[in-house]
Amino acid sequence: MATVPSTKVQVGLTGNSAVALAMKQIDPDVCPAYPITPSTGVMEEFSSYVADGKVTTELITAESEHSAMSACIGASAAGVRVMTATSSQGLALMHEMLYIASGLRLPMVMAVVNRALSAPINIHCDHSDSMASRDAGWIQIYSETVQEAYDNLFQAVRISEHSKVLTPAMVCLDGFITSHAVEGLTLLDDSEVKQFIGEFKPPHPLLDVEKPVTLGAMTLPDTYIEFKHDQSLAIARAKDVVAEVGEEFDRLTGRVYGLFEEYMLDGADVVIVVMSSAAGTTKVAVDELRKKGKRAGLLRPRLFRPFPYKEIAEALKGAKAVCVLDRVDSMSGFGGPLFNEVRSALYDLEKGPRTIGRIFGLGGRDYKVEDALGVFEELFKIADGGKVESVVEYLAY
Amino acid sequence: MGKRKEMPLGGVILEAGSAETYSTGGWRKLKPVLDKDKCTNCLICWVMCPDSAIIVEDGKMVGFDMEHCKGCGICATECPDKIKAIKMVEEEAA
Ligand code: SF4
Ligand code: SF4
Repeated sequence: MATVPSTKVQVGLTGNSAVALAMKQIDPDVCPAYPITPSTGVMEEFSSYVADGKVTTELITAESEHSAMSACIGASAAGVRVMTATSSQGLALMHEMLYIASGLRLPMVMAVVNRALSAPINIHCDHSDSMASRDAGWIQIYSETVQEAYDNLFQAVRISEHSKVLTPAMVCLDGFITSHAVEGLTLLDDSEVKQFIGEFKPPHPLLDVEKPVTLGAMTLPDTYIEFKHDQSLAIARAKDVVAEVGEEFDRLTGRVYGLFEEYMLDGADVVIVVMSSAAGTTKVAVDELRKKGKRAGLLRPRLFRPFPYKEIAEALKGAKAVCVLDRVDSMSGFGGPLFNEVRSALYDLEKGPRTIGRIFGLGGRDYKVEDALGVFEELFKIADGGKVESVVEYLAY
Repeated sequence: MGKRKEMPLGGVILEAGSAETYSTGGWRKLKPVLDKDKCTNCLICWVMCPDSAIIVEDGKMVGFDMEHCKGCGICATECPDKIKAIKMVEEEAA
């Protein structure tokens, strides 16, 4: 841990207010947006900052999320710092443009307040929206708390704009559970933010009329694969950049951010892997079990894209049984995306843990401490040599 | 994996006017043929050609840049009805 943090302002804020405040402190040049529940509060508060002259941002109120993302692409290509926020159907409507932002290698940061996708229509939290964009070439960072959502935004600016990465980034937080809950958090000073994020230096700004460039040109079978391969290598490089930027942020604030969080993982026989706010609930269950001398632990992935498969396998190699909880169903008949990737990451271990997947919390269904305890109970049976009743299943609700 | 070509970031084209180096003439099936006697040099074809393949000298339409003319026939269609100075003909037959 670093020296005593210079930051000290403690406040209570909702996730949306904290995101809007982080955006105010970042003061992006352009913010194209179209509001949607549960991320509406972000744009509502940020537009007040714009109206009150607290930021220099040009706010573009687009006619749809597809247009908002298109404007983000245009602005980033022009060479300025861009941010936006969305949720659910809004992210789905952006889908086509997400690939264009990443394929053109345009940095930008988008807060995604996770919400279920229709049908049936539902405004509450699950990860269907961002998980449907997991292959769109965006970096994805998932936040457990309001503090983390706030902190992740500053780091995402640095990661996205890093010369080795130049790839757009999403910072995800759970709809309502995190976006609308007031939590205590420690703020950074504006000057600290400015210093941490630095200046955006676009490699090929369209507005540099001295060096005219063309973006979005056609590529045929003789070049397309080269561009995609370069993009793939760049997002893979983001993993080390996420770690480096996390360490730098730790030195500034004393708050530690890695590729994932390990909670009581040392010597844990059974482990739950889960992202975002559900990790907080799981920690309570881990504490209860540890008090009784039972070796339970938690691994909370923070970085999902790129997927740190080697590091996750290394962290889980000592466990006997692992359950990966997905707040989304891939509708493949074989569990959720996190389960599939974690289980695949563990495949090369010589004596890896037995790994099961459970889907939970869709459409905002509560996930309680007793749910986590139930999972651990099943894992202890498996760890003791018990039969795996079902590899993939919905968690009892 | 062997050594591969260095590619510009995100497919950006750094050199202005580089489309000239890409020959679209090979796409042609029909080619435009000009009847100089009918042409009034209104230059509508020059405005409409998507490949800048109409050659103009001293304000006069003088012919086609066959390296870039892709044979789309827009010039023939757009040449005013009363004039119709451009005909599209089969490549081989020409
Ligand atoms: S055929 Fe098409 S490409 Fe060729 S000169 Fe006419 S308009 Fe241009
Ligand atoms: S449009 Fe027809 S008349 Fe006009 S310049 Fe072209 S060929 Fe000549």
